Amino acid sequence: MIEIRREDFSVDEVVEGLLTDRMGAVVTFVGVVRDSSNGKPVDHIEIEVYEEMAYKQLEAIRDEAIENFGVEEVSVIHRYGVLNVSENIMMIAVGAAHRGEAFEACRYVIDNIKKRVPIWKKEVTPDGESWVEGEKP
Amino acid sequence: MLYFASFRELLGVGNEDLQIPSGSTVGAVLERIKKVHSELTETEKMLVAVNGSFVESGLLLNDGDVVAFFPPVSGG
Repeated sequence: MIEIRREDFSVDEVVEGLLTDRMGAVVTFVGVVRDSSNGKPVDHIEIEVYEEMAYKQLEAIRDEAIENFGVEEVSVIHRYGVLNVSENIMMIAVGAAHRGEAFEACRYVIDNIKKRVPIWKKEVTPDGESWVEGEKP
Repeated sequence: MLYFASFRELLGVGNEDLQIPSGSTVGAVLERIKKVHSELTETEKMLVAVNGSFVESGLLLNDGDVVAFFPPVSGG
């Protein structure tokens, strides 16, 4: 499942949608909103997405992870809109026969999301707001 | 043209139509945009996508292509 949406998700919901009988390991990663950034308090964040392209990129990254690491399935869910401290931002779940490839694939997916998927975070602090600078791929 | 995040805020617009001569490269469109929008100077940190895929500036554009310009991504 690849999904971009405003609403929150539950980890159980994503894992249940991923599981098949062939899996012996499920690795999950959940990104949440932190209360500070470079020493400054963060009140909330806002997430913007170029949805059409983001789906395309996420589907490509999922396919690469399955191909490169031999895992069974990969799910990614990413939220957009206004998110408060401790709220879920995104989640990756990787199901595989064994743990090794599941951990590696999960790392590959998050690293590539941070480079290639057109989603941007804006941090709102008591001093004002600023876009988070991403790295150029 | 589509603009996102800090570019959208800088230009005050997320979407605009620009007439481009057929056979233009992505790089030529970028030069055109910089002329129309003098605010956009940090091209070093600009990513370009055509129809949802990252492209090089030498790519030739076709009629109806959707071109998007945006800063490095920061999701996840």
